Amino acid sequence: MDRRDTLKSLLIGGIGSGLILTGCQPSPEEKTLLEKPSENQYGRTEKEKAHDAKLLGEKFFNDHELATIAVLCDLILPATSTAGSATDAGVPEFIEFIVKDITYHQTPIRGGLMWLDNRTNKQFDKNFISCSASQQKQLMDEIAWPDDAKPEVEQGVRFFTQMRNLVLTGYYTTRMGIDDLGYKGNMPNVWDGVPQEVLDKHGVAYDPEWLAKCVDQEKRTTIAQWDDEGNLIS
Amino acid sequence: MKAYFLTMQIKESSKVYDVVIVGSGAGGGMATKVLSEAGLKVAVVEAGPYFDPADPAQRTQLKWPWESPRRGASNIRPFGDFDSAYGGWEIDGEPYTSTEGTKFDWFRSHMLGGRTNHWGRISLRFGPKDFKRRSIDGLGDDWPISYEDVKPYYDKVDKLIGVFGTKENIPNEPDGFFLPPPKPRLHELFLIKGAKKVGVTVIPSRLSMLTKRINEDRGVCFYCGQCSRACSVYADFSAGTCLIFPAQKAGGQIDLYVNSMVREVLTNDEGKATGVSYISKDDRKEYELKGKVVVLAASACSSARILLNSKSKQHPGGLGNSSGVIGKYLHDSTGASRAAFIPDLMNRDTYNEDGVGGAHIYFPWWLDNAKLDFPRGYHMEVWGGLGMPSYGFGFNPNDLNEYIGEKVGGYGDQLRKDVKKFYGSVVGISGRGECIAREDNYCEIDPNVVDEYGIPVLRFNYTWSDHERNQAKHMHETFEKIFDAMGGVTLGTRPGKERDYGLATPGRIIHEVGTTRMGNDPKKSATNRYQQLHDVDNVFVVDGGPFVSQADKNPTWTILALSWRTSDHIIDQLKKRNI
Repeated sequence: MDRRDTLKSLLIGGIGSGLILTGCQPSPEEKTLLEKPSENQYGRTEKEKAHDAKLLGEKFFNDHELATIAVLCDLILPATSTAGSATDAGVPEFIEFIVKDITYHQTPIRGGLMWLDNRTNKQFDKNFISCSASQQKQLMDEIAWPDDAKPEVEQGVRFFTQMRNLVLTGYYTTRMGIDDLGYKGNMPNVWDGVPQEVLDKHGVAYDPEWLAKCVDQEKRTTIAQWDDEGNLIS
Repeated sequence: MKAYFLTMQIKESSKVYDVVIVGSGAGGGMATKVLSEAGLKVAVVEAGPYFDPADPAQRTQLKWPWESPRRGASNIRPFGDFDSAYGGWEIDGEPYTSTEGTKFDWFRSHMLGGRTNHWGRISLRFGPKDFKRRSIDGLGDDWPISYEDVKPYYDKVDKLIGVFGTKENIPNEPDGFFLPPPKPRLHELFLIKGAKKVGVTVIPSRLSMLTKRINEDRGVCFYCGQCSRACSVYADFSAGTCLIFPAQKAGGQIDLYVNSMVREVLTNDEGKATGVSYISKDDRKEYELKGKVVVLAASACSSARILLNSKSKQHPGGLGNSSGVIGKYLHDSTGASRAAFIPDLMNRDTYNEDGVGGAHIYFPWWLDNAKLDFPRGYHMEVWGGLGMPSYGFGFNPNDLNEYIGEKVGGYGDQLRKDVKKFYGSVVGISGRGECIAREDNYCEIDPNVVDEYGIPVLRFNYTWSDHERNQAKHMHETFEKIFDAMGGVTLGTRPGKERDYGLATPGRIIHEVGTTRMGNDPKKSATNRYQQLHDVDNVFVVDGGPFVSQADKNPTWTILALSWRTSDHIIDQLKKRNI
């Protein structure tokens, strides 16, 4: 089932989403779908579910705007030998959602896209996405470096900064981005201090007196007992 | 006269409870446990829904940022999508107002367990001085009780709920029955180093999270760093998971009324409480519950609102308000924060650094006010490290290049490198201090406004004085000293006088207390030393309302201890047939 259809039926039928979602398990080739927002699966209240569903059912950007966002996404974060690009990570879909959700993004992003086309039309007589790679880079270089930018492109610099922020945040909050970053948590773990090689690398050490007071992870599942003075004896 | 509807609930309400408890947070949860275990029939009335962090439909723990379409942004829930507080500073249909030129931001969390589901779990005892501040500096008032009165209950709370920490023998930071603390994280070692250089006391944190098992019912911390999401194995303290659920399991006679918004405490011709009336959010009808004793634990301001709205011939100014002090002496902690870039923390190797859901180190108040231009103190909390990205991560990814002589901006592969270069290199410190309780900081009933249930709402009047402003100024000076000493670059500019030195808006620290303050003099206080209304002997308040002063410490551990103490008193008084 297409996700948008799912949403429509949710809105019309008001059926619990759990039923529908379990009723259409994604096939392996649809795996990327799982990376997309899984509506209602993150502990939402009914009111929050309805809000998400409403936004997911609406469309803000037109096709040209989305195509321009996709080109910008991959100029900002192209693929590397080890990580996919921003569009590989579904960042345009994230941007489509977030401007509907955090609405102050709408006018600056929509207007910025128009600013971009206006600029390339004046310079190259073409919309941004129809420009050659080198023409696109030429424009990016004008607006991506705030300290070097000419006053006449200040609005472009502001737009670029906002778009780049959304691209990066959209990317680093996906599995792909988190793997690229190297974040290793969000799973059951037993914290037993900073690895020795990391301490050495940064030139710090644990104070033995402090360390002696810390938890002995071997005894973490032994039920705590104290003497009358509050000393732990188990 | 009110019209009541003949429904199932009305049938239920013909039952007379021994105790009707309003609110299910720290105070209400503790009262529920202690009173039900004494064999009393208890009704718990909660304005929000049932909540169990182990329920897959409500759980947010261990969710990934991409599971939220907004990647955890804070535009829906004020602390982000995964935070376990149903509510916030603004709630649709439940407004509040403020008098001209003043501002108070009121945070409410309507759900079983209330704000204990998401709080920082910083679990501190008030010290001996904290109960007797007027005797020390002449400001505010002394409590009618002392540390010695509360100590046995702090001890019991430590053992029942579990809190990690260390014996430090610091005079006004009493030690307790502690579980062992976790080892510091990398940035915390830098902060320890910096603090020690400038003479700021630093000790292991004191948080109510189970680094070691305390019983067979609750799990042990598995170090995901997400206590703000409420723990699905109950390894952190929430009133639902650690007090109400165990009380139910123990066979307590407890009826939970959820989605039930209390309007007022009902009284009889003698002026004694007979129960409460509430509006069901499910059918928007009004119901009545009868009880021999009413315990208010709706939060300091909500309980004050209920009392002020409970007007009768016997109590024309609101229930228990012959003194006129209900709503007055409202005070929240002071707060200011700052961040710094630590070049020595660039280019970090990554590893699972989640730890517990809070800082592993803590800065208690360390100075003598005699040499300072403000009374009372503040403690400091820290943050930093290799956290899980959520909305906002990657914004201005290489602005810090400015401090290392490199260019800000750009795109492409170089941006990825910069994101990794700076990941985990920024730390922050927040100061949380004591505000002096003043009669002219108050909440009252707004004569013109009702909420969507027709209940008159609160109007706040709250201003900071130079006591608090000077404290915030001092906080920023301290932040800068510590950051300098750890080789950091303090970010942003120090806020000046025109911005109250960065002092947070009143209410933002969510430690508001004082609205039904306790005292021996019924003319100057609403409740007595047992948190019992002076005017009505079968009504008690067990949230932060009875606090005379707030200390530079988070109030929850004291709310828990005092609620237990009051519950023991209620049991005793019922046995003696005094109430």
